[in-house]
Amino acid sequence: MTAPPSLQVGSGKVVLTGEWTLAALLPELQKLQVQLAANELADMSWDLTAIELLDSAAAVLLWRAWHERWPAELNVSATCRRTLERVAAVPVADGTGKPTLPGPVERIGYFVIGAVDNARGLVTMYGQMLLDLWYLLRHPSEMPWKEIGANIYKAGALALPVTGLVGFLIGVTLSYLSALQLRSVGADLFIVNILGISIIREIGPVLVAVLVAGRSGSAMTAQIGVMRVTEEIDALSAMGVSRSIRVILPKLLALTVVMPLLVLWASGIALIGGMLSALLQLDISLAYFVENLQRAVPVANLVIGLSKGLVFGFIIAWVACHFGLRVKPNTESLSANTTTSVVTAITLVILADAVFAINTRNMGIPQL
Amino acid sequence: MSGDAKPAVVEMSGLSTRIGDRYVHRNLDLRVERGQIVGLVGGSGSGKTTLLRQILGLIQPAAGTVRLFGQDLGGAGAVAQSAMLRRLGMLFQGGALFSALPVFDNIAFPLREIRRLDEDWIRRLVNLKLALVELETAHGRLMPAELSGGMVKRVALARALALEPELLLLDEPTAGLDPDRSRSFVKLLGQLQGELGLTVIMVTHDPETLAGLATHIAVLAEQHIVMFGTAAEVMAGDHPFLAGFRDGDKSRLL
Repeated sequence: MTAPPSLQVGSGKVVLTGEWTLAALLPELQKLQVQLAANELADMSWDLTAIELLDSAAAVLLWRAWHERWPAELNVSATCRRTLERVAAVPVADGTGKPTLPGPVERIGYFVIGAVDNARGLVTMYGQMLLDLWYLLRHPSEMPWKEIGANIYKAGALALPVTGLVGFLIGVTLSYLSALQLRSVGADLFIVNILGISIIREIGPVLVAVLVAGRSGSAMTAQIGVMRVTEEIDALSAMGVSRSIRVILPKLLALTVVMPLLVLWASGIALIGGMLSALLQLDISLAYFVENLQRAVPVANLVIGLSKGLVFGFIIAWVACHFGLRVKPNTESLSANTTTSVVTAITLVILADAVFAINTRNMGIPQL
Repeated sequence: MSGDAKPAVVEMSGLSTRIGDRYVHRNLDLRVERGQIVGLVGGSGSGKTTLLRQILGLIQPAAGTVRLFGQDLGGAGAVAQSAMLRRLGMLFQGGALFSALPVFDNIAFPLREIRRLDEDWIRRLVNLKLALVELETAHGRLMPAELSGGMVKRVALARALALEPELLLLDEPTAGLDPDRSRSFVKLLGQLQGELGLTVIMVTHDPETLAGLATHIAVLAEQHIVMFGTAAEVMAGDHPFLAGFRDGDKSRLL
């Protein structure tokens, strides 16, 4: 092995020996820094001829020890001198530029501008979708059936197991907890009304929307985002293929179509779970449950539930595509936009749910 | 630098690499000594980049061993492994810059990972590396997405050089650079090699880089190194792949 870097001071002379490279310096760093920090060293005569290697990290160390000027007397080989000269020529200016933190007013301003920007983007996308649909109506042969089919399969068929499982468990839980209460007041039979209305009208659609936003919404944002990072979207445009018809529209249509079906599926399984739990807890037979369900839950509730699915599906795909197109070509932006996409989609879904609740308050509630 | 007693910087023996069902390398041997600049050439898809990844330990060999600085990379512990990897710098083909960090922090990243250098030292070193690859201090504020292809390459080289590596692995270093930059790159590497006794293994398709820089050439074909020797020896050989390189070289000289 080569000798470690070392420094001898004697009679106005500093002699350096060994290998002055970053790797070799590190174990000796503390000792050397203490030695070099001794102030009077800078004015002495330096002998670097015995150095085996000198890399730029070590040269920076020496240059700083000399207080950024050449020592009065310096013996050094030509190659080492070149390294030192390079270090001496480098500007010390800070290349990073300290980021200034915005104040509270500025932050509110940025937030508002961002919100307006997003709203404009969403409206633009909605308008573009209408234009695309109008175009496709006149040119039906350009309908992207294959992409729509693929999206229906990915967002719909592949989501069946998870929505079914979660629906079943929610049904069982809801029924179990309600049964405990109803039994104490002797209103066992109302379990059918409670489960029927709440699951079909409210829980089914919202539950599926949350699951789909997390599952398919995030996937759509990430996919479009990566397509932007890798310039695939630009490649499509360069071939004269409309990105909104080929990439965005299939996702919007597919999720809008498939969501009501997922809601129907998840609500149905949740009801089955509730029925089983009611049978075990309250001894309510399956036949009685099914028969009373038709009487207790007017069909308007099913219509409301499925319409919610339709709207929620559109919202999720709409938000997902919008944030996907906003991804800038770096990993941080991709993750931030995916998160924002899911959070915004779920928030908007809950908001839309509230609007539904108010506007349909007179529909589908059985008169007892 | 005598280097007689030193073990080879990279030594691969009986190396086989399998990706899926396909053998990329079979029974490959290569020994690179300290101070050599080895140009690794071969047709597209012959496994040149895979070989570099093999040296870095990113791929496990199906058979055979890779020894770095005389030590088996796979057999070393986590601490020894990272110490070994700090002694080499890799320039990836696409740059592989951290897209969430500005240029300055990209180059400072390996220096900060040592956790022993102060910020002033790091700043000087980063600015030095930027100057070395002919970029300005102000470029340090740019994000990788704002750089042109050639600039990405130069920043990636600056990052690879940040830790003053003993071994430099370059994947297509001059692809995407204009001829002037390409020439100054060759000059820069030659200079660094002279000062620090750098060992370089580079994959390249550029005859000029190869002629200007490589002291040795390794030809990768038929899943192993079919020819390895000094640049003059190999160029005098009659492997069909090299004919293209010689012709390219001549057309440039004319």
